[in-house]
Amino acid sequence: MDIYLPIANMSVNALVLILLGGGVGILSGMFGVGGGFLTTPLLILYGIPPTIAAASATTQVTGASVSGVLAHWQKDGVDFRMGALLVLGGLFGSVAGAGVFSVLEKAGQMDTIIAILYVVLLTGIGGLMARDAWAAISAKRAGMKMAARKRRHHPLVATLPMRWRFYASGIYISPLAPAALGFIVGMLTVLLGVGGGFILVPAMIYILGMATRVVVGTSLFQILFVTAITTLVHALTTHAVDIVLAGLLLIGSVIGAQFGARLAAKLPPDWLRLGLSILILSLAIWLVLGLGWQPRELYSVHPL
Amino acid sequence: MRLLRLIFFLPAMLLTLAASNPVLVPDVSQRKIDIIYSFTGAELLLFGAILYPGGRVPSEKADIVVVLRGPTQPILVREKQKLGGLIWVNAESARFMSPPGYYAIASSRPLDQLVDERTAAIYELGVKNLQLSPASGEQPDVQRRFESGLIDLFKRSRLYAEAPGMIEITNGVLYRARISIPARVPVGAYVAETFLVKDGKVLAVASRDVQINKSGFERFVAESALRHPFFYGLVAVGLSLLLGWGAAVLFRRIG
Repeated sequence: MDIYLPIANMSVNALVLILLGGGVGILSGMFGVGGGFLTTPLLILYGIPPTIAAASATTQVTGASVSGVLAHWQKDGVDFRMGALLVLGGLFGSVAGAGVFSVLEKAGQMDTIIAILYVVLLTGIGGLMARDAWAAISAKRAGMKMAARKRRHHPLVATLPMRWRFYASGIYISPLAPAALGFIVGMLTVLLGVGGGFILVPAMIYILGMATRVVVGTSLFQILFVTAITTLVHALTTHAVDIVLAGLLLIGSVIGAQFGARLAAKLPPDWLRLGLSILILSLAIWLVLGLGWQPRELYSVHPL
Repeated sequence: MRLLRLIFFLPAMLLTLAASNPVLVPDVSQRKIDIIYSFTGAELLLFGAILYPGGRVPSEKADIVVVLRGPTQPILVREKQKLGGLIWVNAESARFMSPPGYYAIASSRPLDQLVDERTAAIYELGVKNLQLSPASGEQPDVQRRFESGLIDLFKRSRLYAEAPGMIEITNGVLYRARISIPARVPVGAYVAETFLVKDGKVLAVASRDVQINKSGFERFVAESALRHPFFYGLVAVGLSLLLGWGAAVLFRRIG
């Protein structure tokens, strides 16, 4: 079934996009990632112009995280206090990101910088998660009780002034830490067209030392608000939000997210983490190859 | 440009009448193409008749060339180069002020058999004769490289098309050419031109305007996105929240 996208000015197969949204939605519900880091590259691969892909993927991530947030909220899996701080940081971050975006766009180096940024982030995070998850799994296999890794925040976080109690997360840290984290992620949301869950989730575990139970829900909470703001920013500045494209992706992803959340409750968390890290690492490898291989198109056209 | 062409053709037209040359009666199948949700491209039929003096078809028949061109838009073309033998990055760029967003040409015989280089260049017949108006002041060879890169890219996305020898002329009088328009065309005012060519000369030219525009819902969406961006953004966010919440409620019911 072909359908014409009014902003992208092209005809696409509706079913393919709904299925794409569905696949991303399942991952989103399972891992607490928005899925933008998969949607955007896949849409570009399908032939949708990069800016429209990024802007519309952001809209889709909002919808996918709404059902995720609700699902986790019911299970008491959202730390609202922490979430609010992350959103506040994200708000400033997305404004800063918009500035960087336009500078890079003018220089024509947007896609290269994005790819390099992705590779650095994904390799670091994916590697860290894979190592940890594998250690936990093999310890369990050997019948050893995993020496319960003391959950604690990064020493740097402890140096920040002013401390608040985050009861749901079970930590006592400075509010500046989550705000700074939110800022960085908000910037990446605009630049990369991603929710930032794949950065937030590990950062919450390894840097803030939050209780795993609330990590996914809280990250989705932040993603929900920051992507909604980013959609507005895109609508106002780039005019690149294709509501039909976003709608098609949404239909698939909101349903997928529900299945994903259910699956996540059934699967062992260590394997879940290993799965996510493998996904992240393979994406990084694909991007590295993409940078080195001769691109399919040497020339690109940009309207003046 | 249009005026220039008119001045150019006026003598030719007068000559046509005087020297009893064939006359052209062209038309297009559609003056207006609407892009709606199910638009996957369109086919435009350019057809018409060649009226020979006395109604007799001579042994030396005239040929037909048709061109459909879309609105021009200034663009920047970027070229990727390998940096330090490692990664591919955008390096050089060139600006073109007047490449048409769409250009298709069809003819009853291959172009090089119909007109010489000079005539082809004057009438912009053929993709390589398009006036792209490069504006960066590059070296000619660099410019040519960018031009061919741009043309190649547009050809493969079917925005530029050449169909030599695709026009049939029935009984030497009625001609028709099918031009396929891909879904990805720019919207705006198109011009369908028909050229009557004989002995390497363009005897007559006629043009018809064709409008390609979004209509209905597609038009509404495209216009709202530009005119009421904040509202449009709010609706997009609202839609995603509603769908996300709807799915959650639905699944809770199902259990």
